[in-house]
Amino acid sequence: MAMPRTLYDKIWDAHLVRTDEHGTSLLYIDRQLVHEVTSPQAFEGLRLAGRTPRRPEANLAVPDHNVPTTDRHLGITDPVSRLQVETLEANCREFGIQIFDMADKRQGIVHVIGPEEGFTQPGMTIVCGDSHTSTHGAFGALAFGVGTSEVEHVLATRCLLQKKSKSMLVSVDGELGHGVTAKDIVLAVIGEIGTAGGTGHVIEYAGDAIRALSMEGRMTVCNMAIEAGARAGVIGIDEKTIEYVRGRPMAPRGELFEQAAEYWRGLNSDPGAAYDRVVHLDAPSIRPQVTWGTSPEMVLPVDGEVPNPDEIEDPVKAGSYRHALDYMGLEPGTPLAQIEVDKVFIGSCTNGRIEDLRAAAEVAKRGKVSPSIKLAMVVPGSGLVKEQAEAEGLDKVFEAAGFEWREPGCSMCLAMNADRLEPGERCAATSNRNFEGRQGQGGRTHLVSPAMAAAAAIHGHFVDVREV
Amino acid sequence: MPMKPFENFRGVVLPLDRANVDTDAIIPKQFLKSIQRTGFGPNLFDEWRYLDRGEPGQDCTGRPIDPDFVLNHPKYQGAEILLARHNFGCGSSREHAPWALADHGIRVLIAPSFADIFHQNSIKNGLLPIVLDDEIVDALFALALDGDDPLTIDVDLHNLKLDAEGHGVIEIDIDPFHHHCLIHGLDDIGLTLQHADEIAAYEERRRGEAPWLFAAEQ
Repeated sequence: MAMPRTLYDKIWDAHLVRTDEHGTSLLYIDRQLVHEVTSPQAFEGLRLAGRTPRRPEANLAVPDHNVPTTDRHLGITDPVSRLQVETLEANCREFGIQIFDMADKRQGIVHVIGPEEGFTQPGMTIVCGDSHTSTHGAFGALAFGVGTSEVEHVLATRCLLQKKSKSMLVSVDGELGHGVTAKDIVLAVIGEIGTAGGTGHVIEYAGDAIRALSMEGRMTVCNMAIEAGARAGVIGIDEKTIEYVRGRPMAPRGELFEQAAEYWRGLNSDPGAAYDRVVHLDAPSIRPQVTWGTSPEMVLPVDGEVPNPDEIEDPVKAGSYRHALDYMGLEPGTPLAQIEVDKVFIGSCTNGRIEDLRAAAEVAKRGKVSPSIKLAMVVPGSGLVKEQAEAEGLDKVFEAAGFEWREPGCSMCLAMNADRLEPGERCAATSNRNFEGRQGQGGRTHLVSPAMAAAAAIHGHFVDVREV
Repeated sequence: MPMKPFENFRGVVLPLDRANVDTDAIIPKQFLKSIQRTGFGPNLFDEWRYLDRGEPGQDCTGRPIDPDFVLNHPKYQGAEILLARHNFGCGSSREHAPWALADHGIRVLIAPSFADIFHQNSIKNGLLPIVLDDEIVDALFALALDGDDPLTIDVDLHNLKLDAEGHGVIEIDIDPFHHHCLIHGLDDIGLTLQHADEIAAYEERRRGEAPWLFAAEQ
């Protein structure tokens, strides 16, 4: 009898071109997403070596990091940002790669448009010069971020040199409570295993609570696998996965789709498959999460208090906590629900999809943005998400409550465009990283779910969304 | 891009005593707007190193520095070996992080663990990441931070050992393929293209079993 295999094993085996005597494998990469920040040097490398892309049609490009979220018709005013986006457009023209430019309504964050267009499909290997490529693992694809040298490697060869990772099963058992979301699951996972907990592993998320998530929710959970140190997160394929892909512009059609779906249904971990590590979380006990520090593992339920570094035994960890509290301007023992915020950011590849906007709008329609809030902004993940949200009237809900409704892009998740925090400003953000300076030098980021962010906007401080 | 072969050397150790140093800290986002591969060195650790806000294209020589940040300490000037804590290089996949470290003159990184993508990006740029046990890293931190003179280490990648001057020899472990690439300065795209026939054969076989993957060529 064949050894039971994990989903990761199956995708790996199906993409193996060769393995050398040291155990380094050449892994075939089905699709690559390309954006303006991590690709210019890769294209330049191709040019210098006189190489051309192998199967250029297996790549899809879009500018997202530098694009403005207001007055799109004026173009990009920052000349350095503009040059980077123009360079992407020129490179795509030169090398025959499809691009959704800034004027295209399909433009958006790479990790939102891949699934939206059906470019992302189950069982594929997918890479992008962006660590949040793990998002696409929600489709039962092996998807991970790479550096620019590897972007070039994939363009030139459609392959990557890889060593197989270890495997970790994260099972979230039982049913989530009301008001608790995919974002809270993944923050709780990171709180449990730490930001290096998944290093060297591919995480497979499983359990009732994961199965119950929509595809959007699964993308949120896989998106932040990288924040747990894992390059990739995967979720087994079910009918929800297949139905999400059906009919999308780049998905297979007709008989070919049915043939693909049959293959995809076989891509789940076999009963009895072995993992290097197994972690269980109890879904009913997960509460809405808020990060308090400068690493995503510095996270607690909203009814918690800022921890005291003096109570931490490990001196390196205690030092990190002191640094974090100093940077965040927080005192030990402060209830998280008393922390007041200046700005609210709803969007990003973690939480910029339609379901996220619906969840935030549901809270927004019950109040007005607090006068103490300087800016509350909603940035859809793509032009199509924006269009859908407007068709549902969500833009009107947000605007009536005092939120700004913006154009799609990465925006204030990493503040490469004009959207950013000023020194000392505190933000409730639905994005993925609370690192020092991430949203602007000196800015203080607290990561939360879309509903929690909207609730913070209305109350001016964090509140338990289950009670509003 | 082909890289230069890694040569053995003796270098000064720069102790950066923080866990989870992320690539946003190594090179902040505004410098990622460059379309070049070089010139990131003056902006390495920009937000920790300077007291003002850095902008791309700016001349950094006159900027106010934070004298408390270890990179600015006179004792560690010219350091080529960065000593760090757990999970160094976590977060964003930006290869600008190893580009900035290399551009500044760093050639070796020592830590108890590295984030996966950063580790891979370092190797691709001829930077040597060395994983050592916590106890050894603790001991190296003590030696590097103590006294007026910096700690110097002889790095012998060919024989896989470090000689911490007067404090003993440490054996290092590195993936054989990475070792081979670093020592010979190989262009790994060139290496992969040597297997072009196998890649084509894989595509042909795969096209049979999963034709929809190739339907993008519609």
